[in-house]
Amino acid sequence: MDEHRLDGNAAGGILGEVFTFEMTTARAACAHCGATGPLGSSMAYVSEIGTVVRCAACDNALIRVVRQDEGPARYWLDLRGVEYLQLE
Amino acid sequence: MISVASGPRKLAWRIGEVVETSPDTPRTKSLFLEIPGWEGHRAGQHIDVRLTAEDGYQAQRSYSIASAPEDGTVELLVERLDDGEVSPYLTDEIRVGDGLELRGPIGGWFAWEAREGGPLLLVAGGSGIAPLMAMIRHRKAAGNDTPVRLLYSSRSYEEIIFREELEALAAEDTALEIIHTLTRSAPPKWEGYHRRIDAEMLAEIAPAAEEGPLAFVCGPTPLVETVATDLVGLGHEPSRVKTERFGPTGG
Repeated sequence: MDEHRLDGNAAGGILGEVFTFEMTTARAACAHCGATGPLGSSMAYVSEIGTVVRCAACDNALIRVVRQDEGPARYWLDLRGVEYLQLE
Repeated sequence: MISVASGPRKLAWRIGEVVETSPDTPRTKSLFLEIPGWEGHRAGQHIDVRLTAEDGYQAQRSYSIASAPEDGTVELLVERLDDGEVSPYLTDEIRVGDGLELRGPIGGWFAWEAREGGPLLLVAGGSGIAPLMAMIRHRKAAGNDTPVRLLYSSRSYEEIIFREELEALAAEDTALEIIHTLTRSAPPKWEGYHRRIDAEMLAEIAPAAEEGPLAFVCGPTPLVETVATDLVGLGHEPSRVKTERFGPTGG
């Protein structure tokens, strides 16, 4: 399976399925190194099964999101890598 | 003025209609879409496109919007990748009147509005011109005179997307400078750059870091990473170098 390293922008679609806010401009604080910045400036690893948003400074996985495509919509969202998210 | 809906909303899939298609270069094509209920976009944003096969298999790709928010339709620039799952359908099969499943606009980070000012440094590789073209068109439509320098890398002269429109825009606007580099073949008597973008080229072209330019870089991943690294090396503020990687293939 291909996994593509892209900008946090590329996670805007799948995060927009889960959150009502524009997520590429949401600020995240990394729970590992403390760096803060908009998710659009972080890195996104996008594959068929899901998306991992990683801290641009330390590569810590900020957000993992997986979507089940069969049957009713179901998401798994792992936010352990963020200290907080600031949405507006 | 275009007012763009802000505040919370969920992204939903909907159907846009292809109202016009136009070949740009031998490998690219523009699709012009009318999207019912379209709330407008900001220059630099993208949309997701989803194709569904008869057996239910779905393939999804992201495409930057090339049109200005002020334009009447939404223009997508599609580069044909021979082994792609999505782009050959969009360049070869889709017809005016067909529907296309999509959602967006997406992304607020890699976006520019005229009132944000500049100066702007835009760096594009190939079809990475699309979101930057939206910014250039938006700037003109808004009657804005922010200084803009576009450094545009193409494989050959024939593959420069939007070449004639860019020439016409630059001819009438002294604040818009366009510098091309060709990485493979160049026509006889070509006087522009003829190599990949490198630190030396960026040092010659980029506004001085002290001017605090806002840089937008879009193209294949290796180009984007090289340019972003070199700009920071030249003293540019990392938070003012915004990047949009295509990845190895976009499909």
